Amino acid sequence: MNTAHTSATADIALYQLAHGRTGDKGDRSNISVIAYDPRDFDHLAAHVTEDAVAALFSHRRPAAVRRYLVPSLQAMNFVIDGVLDGGVNDALNLDTHGKALSFLLLQLRLPLPPRLAGAG
Amino acid sequence: MTASVPASATLQIGCGAGFSGDRTDAALPVVRTMIAAGGPAVLMFETLAERTLALAQLARRADPARGYEPLLDALLAPVLGLCLAHGIPIVGNFGAANPRAAAARVRALAAELGLAPPRVAVVEGDDLSHEAGRALLRQAIGAGFPEARFVCANAYLGARGIADALADGAQVVVCGRVADPALAVGPAMAHFGWSWQDWDRLARATIAGHLLECGAQVTGGYFADPGMKDVPDVHAVGYPIVRLDADGNIEVGKAAGTGGCVDLRTVKEQLLYEVHDPAAYLTPDVVADIGAATVEQLGPDRVAVRNVRGHERPAQLKANLFCEGGWIAEGEISYAGPNAAARARLAADIVRRRMGVLGHDAPVRFDLIGVCSVFADDAGELVRQPQPGEAQAQDVRLRAALAHEDKAVAEALLREVNALYTCGPAGGGGVRTALRARLNAMSCLVPRGAVTASHTLLP
Repeated sequence: MNTAHTSATADIALYQLAHGRTGDKGDRSNISVIAYDPRDFDHLAAHVTEDAVAALFSHRRPAAVRRYLVPSLQAMNFVIDGVLDGGVNDALNLDTHGKALSFLLLQLRLPLPPRLAGAG
Repeated sequence: MTASVPASATLQIGCGAGFSGDRTDAALPVVRTMIAAGGPAVLMFETLAERTLALAQLARRADPARGYEPLLDALLAPVLGLCLAHGIPIVGNFGAANPRAAAARVRALAAELGLAPPRVAVVEGDDLSHEAGRALLRQAIGAGFPEARFVCANAYLGARGIADALADGAQVVVCGRVADPALAVGPAMAHFGWSWQDWDRLARATIAGHLLECGAQVTGGYFADPGMKDVPDVHAVGYPIVRLDADGNIEVGKAAGTGGCVDLRTVKEQLLYEVHDPAAYLTPDVVADIGAATVEQLGPDRVAVRNVRGHERPAQLKANLFCEGGWIAEGEISYAGPNAAARARLAADIVRRRMGVLGHDAPVRFDLIGVCSVFADDAGELVRQPQPGEAQAQDVRLRAALAHEDKAVAEALLREVNALYTCGPAGGGGVRTALRARLNAMSCLVPRGAVTASHTLLP
């Protein structure tokens, strides 16, 4: 997980561009990703993909990753199945809810958005 | 709509708690703010997580007078008199597994506070632990029904019982398992008298309830990230108040004179919290759709939520059931200073081998707290890999965890962690161990018609 997102073109962490929150129901985690700056939303939609998130969470063996776009909120919602080791009542993780996982997702690296790339 | 509609045409819904164990001094500023603003108002308490209810069911079995929210007195005492005096109904799922006992306690509390006896209603029908309920669950689940290990089950009721109880004049409505947003939908339906097929308005009240149900999570709680998302006076975070108008338009605010903030970011985070498909947020009353929702900052700590739509309610209700799940054992020990992570890893290896020697083949999860823990998986794939900065780590706490049917195996793990004091790597300290019974959860869908919800205004 620590090498997949350090390619030559990846030069900003999603954390700098977006915030989010994790929720859980059973063995399913949902993580919102919300652009701080509405101008970045299309860029995030292009780069923060289901495949990219699946790769970031590969060690937790997601059964499925589904992304829902909500452009009116400049947000997307990831629904990740099977990553909570059974969920809040079953998992051995200290964080049985997976509350911390939004900050794993926000570590994703992506190219600079146009408004920042232009300045360089 | 950029200006507020008149207070008289709206309903204020304040939230006094967002989970069992929430702050008990949060509701008073909410109530005072709603009184100062004037107009119709209601106070809701959401105190019932999935596991909370299962524990309440067990508490009721041990003592038929218990099984409701343990903090009930502490939550209600500061606000009960004020709410009764100002005509602010209180609606809560603090009845948990025993709404009747909670209702009796509310009345006793009122008497102890010197208040006139309040009209208290209970909403029931969610408990499916009885034989008929189990038959229903057997049908829904089939061969996988955990016959021998079954503990309890509850269906998620909608808002109807709450609305009807309020229409009957209840001043306090005590529920068990209702869908969390129902705590707001019920009062909205009772106040505005909308049709139960008015999907858009039902959805807006549902989203109002969804924004309120976690208390401070929409007002700057569970949000702060220093330098990125700073929250003023977050230590004194105020709890939310939503103002609904007759069309179900939502305005989110918070208690006056408190910390925290209500802005586009806090509202967006909570809008999507525990949502899967934003166009289909399933509840017993309506399928709410926030796929095209918009937010607008109307002023300081005031955010409007618009363009929420609704679709016909699902034909089935969700039910959660719990069954006995053996034991969970957790043991921890700390290593600090040079080579701390390597010593912690050696300790893990010792515990793993010892469990093998003792003939216990159950998988043990190991965490290196300070290096790699909550991001990792139970199977240990991540923690087995060398972690960035591991060699420089100065303070590492090893955690071992195991779940097992057999209590003796769980206890064996704890003894092995404890034995690291004398048999493990150098400098280990601060052993703590814990052993607890586990409840496993399942959920299923049951036909709506098979669940009989009712409300009763206590005589």
